[in-house]
Amino acid sequence: MSASFDRLSQLCAKRYSVDASIIKPEGDVFETLKIDSFQAAELMSELEMEFDVEIPDYELQDIKTFGALAGAIDARL
Amino acid sequence: MLTLDRISCVGEAIRDAIVTFKTNTALIEADRHRENGRWTYRELRQDAERFGALLQSDGFAPGDRCAIVMQNQAKWVVSGLGAFWVGAVLVPIDYKLTVPEQLTLLGHCKPKVLVTEYSTWVKMMREDLAPLSGTKVLVTEAPQGADLGSAQRWETETSEAFSLQYRSRQDVACIVYSSGTSGTPKGCMLTHDNYLTQAQVLGRMYPIAEDERFFSILPTNHAIDFMLGFVMPLMMGASVLHQRSLRPQFIRSSLKQYEVTHLAVVPTILKNLEKRVRERLDDLEDGPRKAVDAAIKANDFLTARKPNHTLSRWLLKPIHDELGGKLKSVFAGGTFVDRKLVEFFYELGIPVAIGYGLTEATTVISVNDLEPFRSTTVGKPVDGVDVEIRNANDEGVGEVWVHGPTVMKGYLDAPELTQEAIVDGWLRTGDLGSLDVSGHLTLRGRAKNMIVTEGGKNIHPEDIESVFDDLPGCEELCVFAANYIWPTGTMTGEQLVVVLRPDTDADMEAMVQELVARNRKLPDFKRVSGYIVRQDDFPATASLKVKRGMLADELRTLERADAIVALDV
Repeated sequence: MSASFDRLSQLCAKRYSVDASIIKPEGDVFETLKIDSFQAAELMSELEMEFDVEIPDYELQDIKTFGALAGAIDARL
Repeated sequence: MLTLDRISCVGEAIRDAIVTFKTNTALIEADRHRENGRWTYRELRQDAERFGALLQSDGFAPGDRCAIVMQNQAKWVVSGLGAFWVGAVLVPIDYKLTVPEQLTLLGHCKPKVLVTEYSTWVKMMREDLAPLSGTKVLVTEAPQGADLGSAQRWETETSEAFSLQYRSRQDVACIVYSSGTSGTPKGCMLTHDNYLTQAQVLGRMYPIAEDERFFSILPTNHAIDFMLGFVMPLMMGASVLHQRSLRPQFIRSSLKQYEVTHLAVVPTILKNLEKRVRERLDDLEDGPRKAVDAAIKANDFLTARKPNHTLSRWLLKPIHDELGGKLKSVFAGGTFVDRKLVEFFYELGIPVAIGYGLTEATTVISVNDLEPFRSTTVGKPVDGVDVEIRNANDEGVGEVWVHGPTVMKGYLDAPELTQEAIVDGWLRTGDLGSLDVSGHLTLRGRAKNMIVTEGGKNIHPEDIESVFDDLPGCEELCVFAANYIWPTGTMTGEQLVVVLRPDTDADMEAMVQELVARNRKLPDFKRVSGYIVRQDDFPATASLKVKRGMLADELRTLERADAIVALDV
């Protein structure tokens, strides 16, 4: 997996106090972190700060897994 | 005062406003902290006419359909208005649906023109575009040199002269889908009379002054935003703000930056605003906190009979400033709004108008007029709308039936569904409610098998069943709204359950494992939260269609807690 995935899994683990090992590329972001869409929006803003990228809202609509999220970040690095 | 008696269509009402309010700001489009653009009423007219001419250049005629699949943005309004001015029937499609779902609805209404954004069109081009045969597609925001396939750019200039076309009050203005992405599509045909009547009534109850600003947060395809964030403010010379990113921090910063006065929300957004205000209050030191608490009490006492925004803002300035300082009212669908949440905002001097509505009744059936504020009901029926409680039980709870000039003409190409929904001119809402002595409506649950999410999405259990087709070892299955089987008397805590009839030699563990796996592929709001095992055949018609009502009656004899096995969703 990409370096982005490792960084984003560390950030998510710290932010939501979960073990980083449960964050897998195929894992569902909402289900794994037990967050709703508004919390996910807040998480996205933090990730954008961390990686210095901007991901438009319409693109997030199709992102369900950590792997897809890392992919969207990678595409902008 | 909004007077629309002599107006024949929505397009005419907004055109009248444009003549009056030429130099007022009509639209602002923000993207995060950037501002993409501003339109005065005059500029809106120019852009809408250009778009109208573009439609006419390809033979678009009055009565033709123009579908729009777009995020919240200014071009939605420009396109919608331009289409109205050439006599179009607008078909606002939910941009949050999946592309196959959008194509299903487009295939049903067969629009002459589809307006969409490049990001959506790219996804559509990956699908079978048969539903769009005969539809011209106009795509906006496509990068230079992008391959648009058979589509044309929305921004294309035309030499065609624009020809204004008004419609009559009885003509259909919009086809708005209330459900049916996998079942039979329910396209509500709403007339210009429906919209003009509703706008006039709501405009009198909640006038928006020409120097005020509505923040369009809900998608414009949503019935509430279409009325409150498009039709009404533009008829009254006010401005509408669109924010391309609906992340909480940008919603909050836009409230401040653009001094928003009105907004309509779903409960999740209201909760987020509440959280922020509470955080601010918690940050206060003891002394200032006591002063704010005293001001809240004073405000509560002084505005008990009627809101007084000026007074509340003076008393509670730091809190109001957190929400932009100009916010006068918030509209929220009452079905799911937590009463304590609404009371919290009212105590701070920010009234939340709780209403009840259905797409089939244009937008609003009843709304709390705030004089005095009551958080426990969804208000009185609006002027001209009659509400009756039919087949009421001993406690006065029965199905809510609605009659009046805002009831839709019917469902598009679905006469049987229309006959079921409208009986002798009365709309059967499928919701349970009661009326108190003062005429206020309280909702008590649903008489129909469906749920509505906090985000305002209607979910029909039948639409989800196909996901579980051919579940290994399962002979039959049926999805229900649990509250339909076991009424709770409230509209909250709604959940979906699936009833399974296994084979005699079924491996239950494997079946449930597969059920969980498929369930997880669904968006969270469509997931079933539990299953019920039933050994007997489902009651069925001669054509082997499950008799859902009868099956629900049989399940009702079981204890809910015993019958449902919870799933890890």
